Amino acid sequence: MTLAAAGPTEIAETARRTGNRGWRRFRRHKLAMVGVACILLLVLACVAGPWLLPFDDLRIDMHARFAPPLTGLHLFGTDPLGRDLCARLLMAGRISLSVAFAAMVISTLIGTAIGVVAGYYGRAVGAVLMRLVDAMLCFPAVFLLLTLAALLKPDPIMITLIIAATSWMEVARVVESQIRTLRERDFTLAAEMMGASDARIMVDELLRNAVGPIVVAATLTVARAILMEAYISFLGYGIQPPTASWGNMLNNAQQYLTSAPWLAIVPGLAITLAVTSFNFIGDGLRDALDARLDS
Amino acid sequence: MAQFLFGRALQSLLLLWLVSMIGFAVLHLAPGGPLSQFALVPGMTQERLAQIAHDMGLDRSLPVQYWEWASRLLTGDWGRSYRDQSPVLAVIGSHLFATIELMATAILIAVLLGVWIGVMGAVRRYSFADMLATVGAMVALSIPTFWFGLVVIYIFSVRLQWLPAGNMYTVGDGSLLDFLHHLIAPALVLALVEVAIWSRYMRASMIDVINQDYIRTARAKGLPEKRVLIRHALRNALLPMITLAGLELPTLLGGALVTETVFTWPGMGRLFLDSLGYRDYPVVMGILMFSALLVLVGNLLADILCAVADPRIRLD
Repeated sequence: MTLAAAGPTEIAETARRTGNRGWRRFRRHKLAMVGVACILLLVLACVAGPWLLPFDDLRIDMHARFAPPLTGLHLFGTDPLGRDLCARLLMAGRISLSVAFAAMVISTLIGTAIGVVAGYYGRAVGAVLMRLVDAMLCFPAVFLLLTLAALLKPDPIMITLIIAATSWMEVARVVESQIRTLRERDFTLAAEMMGASDARIMVDELLRNAVGPIVVAATLTVARAILMEAYISFLGYGIQPPTASWGNMLNNAQQYLTSAPWLAIVPGLAITLAVTSFNFIGDGLRDALDARLDS
Repeated sequence: MAQFLFGRALQSLLLLWLVSMIGFAVLHLAPGGPLSQFALVPGMTQERLAQIAHDMGLDRSLPVQYWEWASRLLTGDWGRSYRDQSPVLAVIGSHLFATIELMATAILIAVLLGVWIGVMGAVRRYSFADMLATVGAMVALSIPTFWFGLVVIYIFSVRLQWLPAGNMYTVGDGSLLDFLHHLIAPALVLALVEVAIWSRYMRASMIDVINQDYIRTARAKGLPEKRVLIRHALRNALLPMITLAGLELPTLLGGALVTETVFTWPGMGRLFLDSLGYRDYPVVMGILMFSALLVLVGNLLADILCAVADPRIRLD
């Protein structure tokens, strides 16, 4: 084929087909599809569910305390104040999922920025930035999160920022190694020779070609963020009651373990379901984007 | 080897400096800095506050403060607990052993189970058991440790009454058997995530090794498959696991904190949470820095051990 024959449409066509192949591989990944279905259902339930339930998540009903699951209309039973557990679970899901999602967006932005700069400039700048990543990873995440949460104001926004501030390192590592290899490729050198600015090369040439791995890392970051919120809220330093989150619903569950085990079991299942789903999706995306599987 | 050690030590020093900078930044993050807890004391006056600030050296410039804080860390003077005025390092030391017992048991379980599951998965790749282990590991990684602890307590302590629901000893009983009885549940809970991670890495490492030429040679020589797998493959596949042990330290420490809370195990994690509750910041900061240093040293040791065991690394 001559160079002239490979017009822009043909190149676009190839790109589209490669994209389709990745998408098809993703759809064939059964566990990832199960994950997508679970997340869609969970989000839908959390958004629409509270309007459909006959109970308000904050309504206290002292006559209906400690009702076991499937008592009347209480699907998952009630808590020590007679509040409907299902309504609380869905409202908590709104908080937990939003916090995790927002934390993912912020930490992906931080991680990508640091990774791109470190990978592009390499040498001293790159080395120092990547050592900073290593240094952050020396701190056990739970210890760092708890200390920060105890020192700062524990509202949902602050918790989101704290989780983001302690989970960008994975993305930074992934992006840095991607950028470092892309940096040496011909199209980057061509752009450089054509006089493109550093910022333009970083965004247009490098970042656009590193989207796949970033998406995978971001998906896994959501899973991690849900877990982290659960940990610190369970230990009493995260989202504060009466605002419910999946973590703080488990906060007092241990003392009722003998009399009302559903208080501990139901929120934990929700967390496990959400985290497992995001991990499955991340795994499926990684397989789908791995171009080596094509050959 | 000397060059490798020198380079690695230099890198660790740079890391140590960055770790201390992060720690110092966290310390000064509280609104009002380290002074904030005194501002709430009833009857506190502005003059008294300024006096305390002066005594603590807070009126000096940040670089000077950092220098003093860091040099005190290096000389082992980590401050005193607000609760009982005992030195922070001594407080940490008195809780460290319980955490190490818990972590060591969990690592032992994770290594034995994880290596076994990983090798089995690599040998019978894509079999039903391998698929089950793969999905199982993913789910295990997604279960919150504290919740798994609650479930274990509910099943084995509340329902079956086989295991105690917490603490290290029964009151009035201090025997080894009693200790082990209390250790089983928290160690298993802490080990769950590690078993999942170890089995995944072990499987990948084993598959890598099995496809090498020297394994084909060993098979071609007519060695029995078991001997090929254990003597030739497993020994080499285990090498990267030394590094993994170092990398897993932060996860293990974080898991220990949560597990100790659920099982009221008197270790460093519980001490950390208690200190947070009492706003005993010297101890909180002490444990934060101590755990980071532990991870740093652990990683350095793992790298050196790896280089000692595997001559190929030293050549790079």
